[in-house]
Amino acid sequence: MGNHSDGSPNHSGTVATAGQNEVEKFQDPGIPPHRLRLADTDPRAAKKAERQVALLFGISVVGTLIFLVSYFAIDLGNDSSIATIRLQNALLGIGTAFAMLGIGTGIVHWAKALMPDHEVSEERHAIRTEEDRQAAVRIVDDIVEETGIKRRPLIRNTLLGAVALAPLPALAIFGDLGPRPDFALAHTMWAPGPDGKLKRLARDPDGTPIKAADVTIGSAFHVIPEGLNELSEGKLNEKAKSVVLLMRLDPAELHPSPERIDWAYNGIVAYSKICTHVGCPVALYEQQTHHLLCPCHQSTFDLTQQCKVIFGPASRPLPQLPIAVDSEGYLVATSDFHEPVGPSYWEREQHVLIPNS
Amino acid sequence: MSSSLTPDAPVFVAKTKGGRITDFVDQRVGGSGILREFGRKVFPDHWSFMFGEVALYSFVILLLSGTFLTFFFDPSMAETHYAGSYTPLKNVEMSVAYSSSLNISFDVRGGLFMRQVHHWAALLFVASVSVHMLRVFFTGAFRKPRELNWVVGSVLLILSMAAGFTGYSLPDDLLSGNGLRIIDGVIKSIPVIGTYISFFLFGGEFPGTMIISRLYMLHILLVPALILLMIVMHLFMVVVHKHTQYPGPGRNDGNVVGYPLGPVYAAKAGGFFFIVFGVVAIMAAFFTINPIWNYGPYDPSPVSAGTQPDWYIGFVDGALRLMPGTIGDWKVEQIWFGHMFTFNVLLPALVPAGILFTVMFTYPWIERWITKDNREHHVLDRPRNAPTRTAIGMAGFVWYCVMWAAAGSDLIATHFHVALNDVTYWLRALFFIGPVIAFIVTKRVALALQRKDREIALHGRETGRIVRLPHGEFIEVHAPLDEYKRYKLVGFESPSPLPAVPNEHGVVDRKERRRAKLSRWFFEDRVAPVTPVELEAAHGHHGSHEAVEAADAQKTLSH
Repeated sequence: MGNHSDGSPNHSGTVATAGQNEVEKFQDPGIPPHRLRLADTDPRAAKKAERQVALLFGISVVGTLIFLVSYFAIDLGNDSSIATIRLQNALLGIGTAFAMLGIGTGIVHWAKALMPDHEVSEERHAIRTEEDRQAAVRIVDDIVEETGIKRRPLIRNTLLGAVALAPLPALAIFGDLGPRPDFALAHTMWAPGPDGKLKRLARDPDGTPIKAADVTIGSAFHVIPEGLNELSEGKLNEKAKSVVLLMRLDPAELHPSPERIDWAYNGIVAYSKICTHVGCPVALYEQQTHHLLCPCHQSTFDLTQQCKVIFGPASRPLPQLPIAVDSEGYLVATSDFHEPVGPSYWEREQHVLIPNS
Repeated sequence: MSSSLTPDAPVFVAKTKGGRITDFVDQRVGGSGILREFGRKVFPDHWSFMFGEVALYSFVILLLSGTFLTFFFDPSMAETHYAGSYTPLKNVEMSVAYSSSLNISFDVRGGLFMRQVHHWAALLFVASVSVHMLRVFFTGAFRKPRELNWVVGSVLLILSMAAGFTGYSLPDDLLSGNGLRIIDGVIKSIPVIGTYISFFLFGGEFPGTMIISRLYMLHILLVPALILLMIVMHLFMVVVHKHTQYPGPGRNDGNVVGYPLGPVYAAKAGGFFFIVFGVVAIMAAFFTINPIWNYGPYDPSPVSAGTQPDWYIGFVDGALRLMPGTIGDWKVEQIWFGHMFTFNVLLPALVPAGILFTVMFTYPWIERWITKDNREHHVLDRPRNAPTRTAIGMAGFVWYCVMWAAAGSDLIATHFHVALNDVTYWLRALFFIGPVIAFIVTKRVALALQRKDREIALHGRETGRIVRLPHGEFIEVHAPLDEYKRYKLVGFESPSPLPAVPNEHGVVDRKERRRAKLSRWFFEDRVAPVTPVELEAAHGHHGSHEAVEAADAQKTLSH
């Protein structure tokens, strides 16, 4: 019934089924004869299946008990070790699993072994009658006709315009979800303080400043700006922009461009740790090859070429932090980064020069 | 109970207790009509129909375990110092969200179990939705009248991924925080509005203090409500259409062959819920998932190597990895008119997923346009009997899998001791040629299987019995099929290409010519089902009709 509502092959003539007209086709032999199960013919088999189902339900009861006992008997006191928690987790899981699987397999076994398993055929009915179908189309046509929307384009067009604009407040009302970006992404904590005091490079996470003399060739430091840990709010926001990797190479291996000659100190260089791809921390330093590798998407940067991208999905080199040494021998940043750190964004190009000012 | 009837009319009185309860409820709220419709409704049975059930049941498990977790979870990003019982993190500065997730794991009895149940059920949910969709695609179950239900199912797939991702980020641990950071980077790459979206989503700069509570609202209210709505629509349409059935004797587009809902189908389906729950419980008991206490609280500085997103996000992450950022010295990222066009992020994040989902949503209409098949289909196709569709599906599947594998490129490199760069180069190549190879191979395999079916239908099945003939030749005896088995092999349609049809003005327009070309591509390679005449001929060719089995088999081999 279902397949001739409006496009039966006889009428539409659209589906070519070569060599398949009714005469040449095999006739459907119908549903195969029903095969009786053992439990249908042998009362002992049926009784056995009944006992199996009951046993499975019994297992479920045992599972519930296991759960309850392990919930109440195992104490998660203050001194509970991770082993205790693992044990309780395993027992709760086993209990639940038995409780659930007992019921589930029991019911399915019951259905498969004991409930009637005759396959039956049921007619499919058309979703709606042909009469309803035509009536529905007519009703829609009538409704559209009675509104006159087709004959009165002025109404239609102004309505469309109004409906198109009406959701705008619903968008605008979300305007306070966050502040405007403005130049927030252009600055980091590395900019010298208002008193002109240069920020020292400090160890991540404890915040102790780093002396240039502590940095041996081949070593690498995870660096945060001095004073970051003392921030009372927005600490993670600042950290997300200002983390830096500090490495010392043989100065002969660095090939700084002319304008960056004085950005390093004695072979010590500092680069932003935030990947220019999508912002993961570029945390892996290959000491032998002087490559920096981002573990998220494998962008690889070459320290000896000012962190140029040599592999992976990043397009831009990591921004370099210009550093020097202060009177006490500590490493300091002589200015903020000269470009925004981290992933690219639409307005980035306008922000590139701002830190210079 | 029968007081409302006139006293002298013959009164139907329910005899059993169950009947009386049914009657009581019916007389107050009605519903006997619904029961009559559904009580014995026939459902076809097949193992592959269970994937949808698994999806439904894992969603129920998600609702149950998720509700439990909300009683203890606090989605605040305020800073706190951990004071719970997990010693290694004692006094460590972290967000309240992370601290409360640790408390659920270590100080709430059964909390860790519920977390694990929730996470495993979430992975299973997206997986079963995906496999269910593959089943629907490869069997052609999306054809008329079920196109809209296919769309609803596709929406459900996207929603299930959204539910998974928003939930994954909630514990505010190092791993999920890095996941959010990647999302932030992808959002920022959107032209014009990207930076604004990022600031609005995070309430300012990344990571801010708002994102967890916002994701929490999406995760426990908006997304599950939408999923529930879609599930209701999905099941409603299943009822309207009735279930599809696999081809076989006695099954056609006009009937539905299977078990009645009550009791046997309901028992099997209902019992299956407990089985799914039990299996999830076993996984939660023995397989650690997302051990957030190992990762530590979110901190923008550290990251651990070999990190992976949950599996369903993998294909997007893999596409991000595959895209080269520079080609030679040419930067894929471009500055045009003073603005950044971050193509190295934008393209892989949007294009593959965009293509996959667009094709997925529109496929029923694409195929209907090519084949001009406007009939209702309730009998499924065996995948081999629709070789081109099956090949298209496999091409898409392989494409997805290449991207998915790329999300683990670093783990592939470390586990198989190959160079990471080589893994990426190979996967980049496979990204383009993988789907093409998959298409060709699948189509050939499907056609070969069809030919095998033909051979079996014509000459019977191999019995494994070897017979030596008087003149010394060895043959294997073939046993003829019974008519039911044969019908399964021959009872399908094999459409031939449909040439361009003139429209009502008698003109074959360019669109129609294109359609005809696609139709040829779709149906050109075809294996027609065996017809009774052919079967007759096969037997006749062997000698006398209904010949002795051995003789018949001998001819079969000499054929």
